[in-house]
Amino acid sequence: MERRIRVLMAKAGLDGHDRGVKVVARALRDAGMEVIYTGLHNTPDQVVKAALQEDVDVIGLSILSGAHMTIFAKVAEMMKHYEMNDVLLMGGGIVPDEDKPALNQIGVYGLFGPGTSTQDIIEFIRNEVQKRRKLEV
Amino acid sequence: MAKAAEPNLHREKERWEKEILEPFLKKAKERRERFITVSDEEVGRLYGPSDVADLDYERDLGYPGEYPYTRGVYPTMYRGRLWTMRQFAGFGGPEDTNARFKYLLKEGQTGLSTAFDMPTLMGLDSDHPLADGEVGVEGVAVATLADFEILFDGIPLDQVTTSFTINPSAPVIYAMYIAIADKQGVPREKIKGTIQNDMLKEFIAQKEWVVPPKPSVDLIADIFEFGIKETPKFNLISISGYHIREAGSTAIQELAFTLADGMAYVEAGLERGLDVDKFAPQLSFFFNSHNSFFEEIAKFRAARRIWARAMRERYSAKSEESWKLRFHTQTAGCSLTEQQPLINIVRVTMQALAAVLGGTQSLHTNSFDEALALPTEEAVRIALRTQQIIAHESGVADTIDPLGGSYFIEALTDETEKKTVEYIRKISDMGQGSILKGVLAGIENGYFQREIGQAAYQYQKQVETGEQTIVGVNKYRIPKEEDMRVPVLRIDPEVQRRQIARLQKVKRERDNEAVHRALSRLADAARTKQNTMSYILDAVKVYASVGEIMEIFRTVHGAYREPAIV
Repeated sequence: MERRIRVLMAKAGLDGHDRGVKVVARALRDAGMEVIYTGLHNTPDQVVKAALQEDVDVIGLSILSGAHMTIFAKVAEMMKHYEMNDVLLMGGGIVPDEDKPALNQIGVYGLFGPGTSTQDIIEFIRNEVQKRRKLEV
Repeated sequence: MAKAAEPNLHREKERWEKEILEPFLKKAKERRERFITVSDEEVGRLYGPSDVADLDYERDLGYPGEYPYTRGVYPTMYRGRLWTMRQFAGFGGPEDTNARFKYLLKEGQTGLSTAFDMPTLMGLDSDHPLADGEVGVEGVAVATLADFEILFDGIPLDQVTTSFTINPSAPVIYAMYIAIADKQGVPREKIKGTIQNDMLKEFIAQKEWVVPPKPSVDLIADIFEFGIKETPKFNLISISGYHIREAGSTAIQELAFTLADGMAYVEAGLERGLDVDKFAPQLSFFFNSHNSFFEEIAKFRAARRIWARAMRERYSAKSEESWKLRFHTQTAGCSLTEQQPLINIVRVTMQALAAVLGGTQSLHTNSFDEALALPTEEAVRIALRTQQIIAHESGVADTIDPLGGSYFIEALTDETEKKTVEYIRKISDMGQGSILKGVLAGIENGYFQREIGQAAYQYQKQVETGEQTIVGVNKYRIPKEEDMRVPVLRIDPEVQRRQIARLQKVKRERDNEAVHRALSRLADAARTKQNTMSYILDAVKVYASVGEIMEIFRTVHGAYREPAIV
């Protein structure tokens, strides 16, 4: 049987907005995924190490503080350092459209803003994880 | 009201239901099975005299400016003076925010409200590793008094009232404001404004902290003790439901948790040996105004009544000033949509109108672009104009509590009071009769987080099933390509470099001996549980930084880390 999808939901930096990350975490759990939530105020390093330790398929980073360019870049860099090529890095929160191409380029796939249906996020994760698992075989 | 009429009223309503309503419903069904507010409270089809049969005008409503203040805290309300139009502003360095302040004053705003960046809010200086990427982004960056001197340059403190949205580092910012007043030669007893300084709701909802809950409350009591003597016109706390609501709570949870926090602070003041009538008049509140129009109005009216009754009955306050709940309102940020952003102007108008009909003392209206980023100047102007139209064109400010006596509003106000009091009783039980202990226990065991998280998830599910409608999101959508593009205000990364450079310059040029002495005296005071406020003021005046001062408390009391609860 295929392994259940494991997701690390993370908050990094000083941002305390945690309504969205918790709602999404519960929705993913209700959709049958295994969800680990880091809690608040982590450094990018702590997030990536937690992802390694928990052997997750997905890192979902929530940022509403405007620090997304700095924090995503650091997380992506650490992931490269640990060769986590098969882990999907995605995000949610307030990210202006103009910033999205640059984030895609450093390896952030899937950025979900306010008003997103949790169903869309669930579907996105299932598809992306499927793709990555097929690559592995 | 008139009790004898009651059975008759019931009979009349039953007759109407049977003879008129039922046959009609057979032909034409209603739009929904259940009509609910944004807080998932069911509302009835029709309210009439039988729904307010228990209402006693003198006991439950009274006249404006009279106990229990349901109809308003002042005898003339907005006929005397309009609410304070107070737009929250802050971004970049202190020079940027100083310019925005001057712009807002020129545009007719009547009070200032300062937003700080995340590092300042968390008691960290701009050069702290965790501050990277966040300096000046969500608000203005302030590290030392040198920044404050720029922030208030050309703004005489005896002519404005200033509100500071700051919590863990509130004592430092409060001290800086006093230091500026001292420098400008404005007597301390003349300065007016508010520091948010509400740590309990931080642990419950907004999540900014330095030290654990108990020492955080002790620090607030320090401010009470110092402030009632030194700055008697300054609101020493703004007990906030805004963030609790934004975190996903219902209207009743917002009200219940906020009033419980308020009572917890009253108990903290009493434990400190302060006379309730000395500090209670300097407490103020801050609520959210969300989409469900009548639910919000009822919430504001119920808030005044519950607080007045609690202060008089539970805490035996004698002064009328202690019974009055005065509050600031901000329209609900979480109700704004990124989709079709201009329609947010309409949402904000409705929410602002509810706040005014609910009798708010000051109001912040959100800008239409705030689901995307910090507001641009044009968007802020529209938000301010919205208040000015309500104030000067609509006429709603010309009659006091115009909805008072509405069957629906009065029934809803009663219902809100009952449910809120029930929640507060539960919190009091968690603390064996002490609300302060109950709130601290609820923070520690995750009670508040679970309650709010559950409500937020429930709401999201209702949005996804269509039980709750969000125009432009789950109904009346347009393709993204057709949607408006909003210009986004960006903070130049140069701000971070400039702030760090200024901090380093201040640290080089200040009297470091004096800073060291001031900080070690503060550490002694914190360790020996003396009131720390005057020591903080001394440290601020010799240009010790926010980070250096808060580090003292972190060392003495330890840093807080919350249990992660989903």
